[in-house]
Amino acid sequence: MTYIAKPKLHHPQLATNTLGYTRRDYEGTVSTLCAGCGHDSISAAIIQACFDLDLPPHRIAKLSGIGCSSKTPTYFLGASHGFNTVHGRMPSVLTGANLANRDLIYLGVSGDGDSASIGLGQFAHAIRRGVNMVYVVANNGVYGLTKGQFSATADRDSASKTGAINKDSAIDMVSLALQLGATYVARSFSGDKEQLVPLLRGALSHEGAAFIDCLSPCVAFNNHAGSTKGFDFIREHNAAVNQLDVMEPRAPITASYPPGALETIEQHDGSVLRLRKLEQDYDAGDRLSAMTYLQERAAQGEIVTGLLYLDQKARDLHENLGTIATPLNSLGDAELCPGREALERLNASLR
Amino acid sequence: MQPTDVTKPEYFHKVVDCQWACPAHTPVPEYIRMIAAERYGDAYMINWVSNVFPGILGRTCDRPCEPACRRGRVEEEPVAICRLKRVAADLKEDIRDRLPKPASRSNGKRIALVGAGPSSLTVARDLAPLGYECVIFDGFAQGGGMIRTQIPKFRLPEEVLDEEVGYVLGLGIETRFGTWIESMKDLLAQDFDAVLVGSGAPRGRDLQIPGREEAAAHIHIGIDWLNSVSFGHIDKIGRRVIVLGGGNTAMDCCRSARRLGGESVTVVVRSGFKEMKASPWEKEDAANEGIPILNFLVPKEFVHDSGRLTGVLFEKVEAQYDEKGRRQLVASGEPDVLIEADDVLVAVGQENAFPWIERDAGIAFDRWDMPKVDPVTYQSSNPRVFFAGDAAFGPKNIITAVAQGHDAAISIDLFCRGEDVTQRPGPLVNLTSQKMGIHEWSYDNNVSNDLRFKVPHAKPEIALNSIKVEVELGFDARLGFREAQRCLNCDIETVFTPQLCIECDACTDICPTDCITFTRNGDEDDLRGRLSAPSLNHEQDIYVSAPLKTERVLVKDEDVCLHCGLCAERCPTGAWDMQKFFLKTAQAGAACR
Ligand SMILES: Cc1cc2nc3c(=O)[nH]c(=O)nc-3n(C[C@H](O)[C@H](O)[C@H](O)COP(=O)(O)OP(=O)(O)OC[C@H]3O[C@@H](n4cnc5c(N)ncnc54)[C@H](O)[C@@H]3O)c2cc1C
Ligand SMILES: Cc1ncc(C[n+]2csc(CCOP(=O)(O)OP(=O)(O)O)c2C)c(N)n1
Ligand code: SF4
Ligand code: SF4
Ligand code: SF4
Ligand SMILES: [Mg+2]
Repeated sequence: MTYIAKPKLHHPQLATNTLGYTRRDYEGTVSTLCAGCGHDSISAAIIQACFDLDLPPHRIAKLSGIGCSSKTPTYFLGASHGFNTVHGRMPSVLTGANLANRDLIYLGVSGDGDSASIGLGQFAHAIRRGVNMVYVVANNGVYGLTKGQFSATADRDSASKTGAINKDSAIDMVSLALQLGATYVARSFSGDKEQLVPLLRGALSHEGAAFIDCLSPCVAFNNHAGSTKGFDFIREHNAAVNQLDVMEPRAPITASYPPGALETIEQHDGSVLRLRKLEQDYDAGDRLSAMTYLQERAAQGEIVTGLLYLDQKARDLHENLGTIATPLNSLGDAELCPGREALERLNASLR
Repeated sequence: MQPTDVTKPEYFHKVVDCQWACPAHTPVPEYIRMIAAERYGDAYMINWVSNVFPGILGRTCDRPCEPACRRGRVEEEPVAICRLKRVAADLKEDIRDRLPKPASRSNGKRIALVGAGPSSLTVARDLAPLGYECVIFDGFAQGGGMIRTQIPKFRLPEEVLDEEVGYVLGLGIETRFGTWIESMKDLLAQDFDAVLVGSGAPRGRDLQIPGREEAAAHIHIGIDWLNSVSFGHIDKIGRRVIVLGGGNTAMDCCRSARRLGGESVTVVVRSGFKEMKASPWEKEDAANEGIPILNFLVPKEFVHDSGRLTGVLFEKVEAQYDEKGRRQLVASGEPDVLIEADDVLVAVGQENAFPWIERDAGIAFDRWDMPKVDPVTYQSSNPRVFFAGDAAFGPKNIITAVAQGHDAAISIDLFCRGEDVTQRPGPLVNLTSQKMGIHEWSYDNNVSNDLRFKVPHAKPEIALNSIKVEVELGFDARLGFREAQRCLNCDIETVFTPQLCIECDACTDICPTDCITFTRNGDEDDLRGRLSAPSLNHEQDIYVSAPLKTERVLVKDEDVCLHCGLCAERCPTGAWDMQKFFLKTAQAGAACR
């Protein structure tokens, strides 16, 4: 563990964003994870994405469960709200928080154990309800915090560090998220920030349930030959379908691309996503063919990464419930308890 | 780019900005760490070996190291390197038994050294322990050269000077003080195997304008005047004093005048305040003593009343720049300014003079009447005669004189052994891992956030009362420690082993100053354009690794690395290590062979 605080001194030309913050202002305390853990790179990518989007730190709430991955919110956004829930329960706490205050930006950070084992049910319901959030799973195929047991995302026939072979089939979180109705679905790799940071920016500006499955090697327990979640294996099998750029509303496109290679998608909040296709036939707007494509490529041993699905007409939990625009937690007693008359009117309307 | 070859000492040496900038290449961070550890004697000895006069330099050095200090690039001000040197000298224990002993027997070679300034003393210190019989001549009665005759005592107390000159003279060196060498030919005719000319640049420039002759009694050449003050021949000056000139001599003149009865002392410079040659801290000290500095005034005439000086008339000028950006001072058209004065000190420059070297003594002189001296070996066209210090290439400063002395000593040693003086010995270099545990280092890698501490000064009432009261009181142990902690340990190098790197990005993510980039290779300009953070200082190299597994390279911009070791702490494979780079420049003696 690193004992010293990261020095306050920084590069003399460290950039500031429109809020006057530097990237360093989005940091947390120094990580206590193992040196080289992929999760730390995800933290760095979150810091970069929030800085890039000029997000005010105090308007972000970060929630997590239990695991090395779930510890990471301490290591970024030190000035944001945070809630470290019990194992696998981040989704319901996040849903509750979102119901109470729809104005915050919700960032759920979890692990493959936290979300695909003990928290699988919670994960499923938060996604299917369309909670407006960014849900990141730092996926290392093991329970890192408890010393490297296979998790539910470990591939069948992959080997643990001690040589044990995993006999169970793997849960693919991306396929689940697509099936459950997530409206922004991506997969990325902690070791590729050029891909990951824009995907996080896109997810943060998405108004609906955004899910990112981020492969994140566990250097201590799952980065050996025979693992399918180590740096070398992921690099060798990474098949990116596209490269995303997120632009400010109506920012001009400067670079030129061959016809058909560029897809421009506008999201609810007005941000423009520019997708540079790496795989010509892949259509990120078509959920069914995306699911098929993922299965086919997985069968060939490839790890498909990129922005895999985006529903431009995403709806979120509050839209579904018809809640008012004002956050519930800022309503007064009079609005929250409108009295007997209002109750009677409501009852009458249901008769 | 080709992978960086870190086995060349220059690469890591350049990263240690202060040591690189120090003419004598003093291992600065090494002694600063020792000060923090209260190992003052050790810190002193590191200095003594490199620069011979730690206590003197800790008060007077021109400190080329400080503008180079990395701390100044990541924060407001550099580490107070110079004043920390003084801490080592002030707080050290008795180190006399750690000094070399006089040679037990002579090697049969005799060396004459003309002048007892820092350059000659350095040569003698390097050669005497090797068995050379060194004979130092100086016209003055004591050793030290201009350090003794020029630098005022309120900046450098006599005890400090005596102590450090004494350490050198105690090495079994013969002194012939009070002896002016009148003839080089005579000297060469004596039984010396080599001669070192360390006679300095002893002549102060004069200012020939109307009134100079008539008012001569009240117009003094700065360095001659300081010399007389230093020896106590002069102990007062008029009430109103004008000092002409903007260099450090002018600063010493005005501050000395302030202490000898000058109630109203004014410094007047021809050009702008910013272009003045004096170091910023000297100007600051003068200002603190209530001495105004007036600029853009060119002296026109010494005004006098039948020989009694009444003032100086100045023409007002302004700076104009031609197309090539060259500055010219042109008359501003405003009326001339008369400043009243009782005495004037002329400190407008210093020159070399070698009246005692016959021009047919086999030593070639150039068209500026300066001896032709080799800039590496310090040998003149007479192979037996070497130059060092201000005598070699004009007036510079003490630390340059010392550095040149070391080099001249190497040459003299090679020459006396009949070896080729151009075959220079290399430095002694060491690179040692500082790893003590998984995340523990044998240096304190926690970077201090303190701003530079100010050196306490004596109260002006006390300081201005006497020419001998030292103005600066120096850091005490506590302040010395805190200032020492500001040092970034730039000699603890980040050493990268590409074969071990798994490209996990941990080092890039943690680096507080964004020094580290993984990217595809390119030429230097291209690479510098694609780093994580703008590359601001092309004087500092970038490190480029051999290709990694993904065919990218690791590029590290050394410029603003804090040497915090976090890259190495966060690296899972030990691809980064923090290793101490120690470099000692060669000196005369065994290291040569
Ligand atoms: C006013 C003033 C203040 C200065 N302050 C600083 C300062 O704060 N810091 C700094 O780094 N530098 C300072 N300097 C510059 C510094 O003093 C010199 O650069 C340095 O002393 C040069 O050393 P040197 O060995 O070349 O010879 P010098 O120190 O100049 O010594 C030469 C010696 O040779 C003797 N000599 C000359 N000719 C003969 C002869 N024919 N026979 C016998 N003896 C002879 C002289 O008497 C003299 O003692 C200052 C200079 C001046 C004028
Ligand atoms: C209710 C409960 N059951 C079991 C545990 C033990 N436990 C702690 S972390 C963890 C798994 C974490 O795995 P993952 O979410 O993948 O995180 P990682 O450490 O791999 O990042 C388990 C099972 C617990 N803390 N609480
Ligand atoms: S055990 Fe694995 S997941 Fe946990 S911090 Fe270490 S490397 Fe990361
Ligand atoms: S020591 Fe390493 S982490 Fe620290 S500033 Fe230098 S490169 Fe960055
Ligand atoms: S932390 Fe170490 S292994 Fe990771 S990228 Fe940096 S040098 Fe390579
Ligand atoms: Mg895990």
